[in-house]
Amino acid sequence: MTARIGVVTFPGSLDDRDTQRAIRLAGAEPVALWHKDKDLHQVDAVVLCGGFSYGDYLRAGAIARFSPVMEPLLEQAKAGLPVLGICNGFQILTEAHLLPGTMLRNDHLHFICRDQKLRVENAETAWTTDYSAGQEIHIPLKNNDGQYVADAYTLDKLEAEGRVAFRYLDFNPNGSQRDIAGITNEAGNVVGLMPHPEHAVEPLIGSGRTDGLPFFTSILKKLVNA
Amino acid sequence: MARVVVDVMLKPEILDPQGQAVQRALPRLGFDGISDVRQGKRFELEVDGPVDEAALARIHDLAESFLANTVIEDFTVKVEEVAEAAK
Repeated sequence: MTARIGVVTFPGSLDDRDTQRAIRLAGAEPVALWHKDKDLHQVDAVVLCGGFSYGDYLRAGAIARFSPVMEPLLEQAKAGLPVLGICNGFQILTEAHLLPGTMLRNDHLHFICRDQKLRVENAETAWTTDYSAGQEIHIPLKNNDGQYVADAYTLDKLEAEGRVAFRYLDFNPNGSQRDIAGITNEAGNVVGLMPHPEHAVEPLIGSGRTDGLPFFTSILKKLVNA
Repeated sequence: MARVVVDVMLKPEILDPQGQAVQRALPRLGFDGISDVRQGKRFELEVDGPVDEAALARIHDLAESFLANTVIEDFTVKVEEVAEAAK
């Protein structure tokens, strides 16, 4: 038995199929979840993928956060269910207060799409154990609202508790405070980041690197060994 | 029927790049003397029935939990009389 990892599709989600493919390549079984689902079909973990759920109307992730599927997800995430939020999924997790802070428009006001260098700061979360702390990776970044902000108290707390999971290296692409690209909750089961690991899992496409694959092998190992 | 208006603005300490872009365009349009622009959102809620304290409290909760993200935004709630002539 392998692990079953759910991928939620909201109206306006874009990367659900790529995320399912990344999960399959890592050796787990992807399970399609729909935003109107009232339960999570007994999955072992969930990925909230990128896109523009509900057109990003009001604020990115603000409307998706109140979808029916989010009710069981919130409850189970608080009880330890591993959840990964990528890009729009990260925005949904902050709107749902599973992760602190929020995202503003990129400081330069332009949509950005590039291969981004990152440093893995925390290799102990449910989604990062196949990396090593301090490892430098390249992952595609593509967004309009990627500027991570939080108050100074929250930022200091994140830093002190080792909850900055990823940091932008060489170049801050969106004005994010303290170069933060991704964070984790206290328990390490909920992780959110703006760059897209699911787009860096096959040597044939993109940058030719597979630097995103360890997200999915990390969670698989954790679930299978559990 | 009454209208309740919820205004949502970025907190003063949050950088507003959209407002700055608007402000920078002003001199090109011949508008001088405007030193800062902040951009916000205005929601007009048409309320069925009386806007009493209970209704306003519910709208306040709605604004706090949904219309505004209080990590970065402040909001105000005010009742606006709908003029009879405008109906």
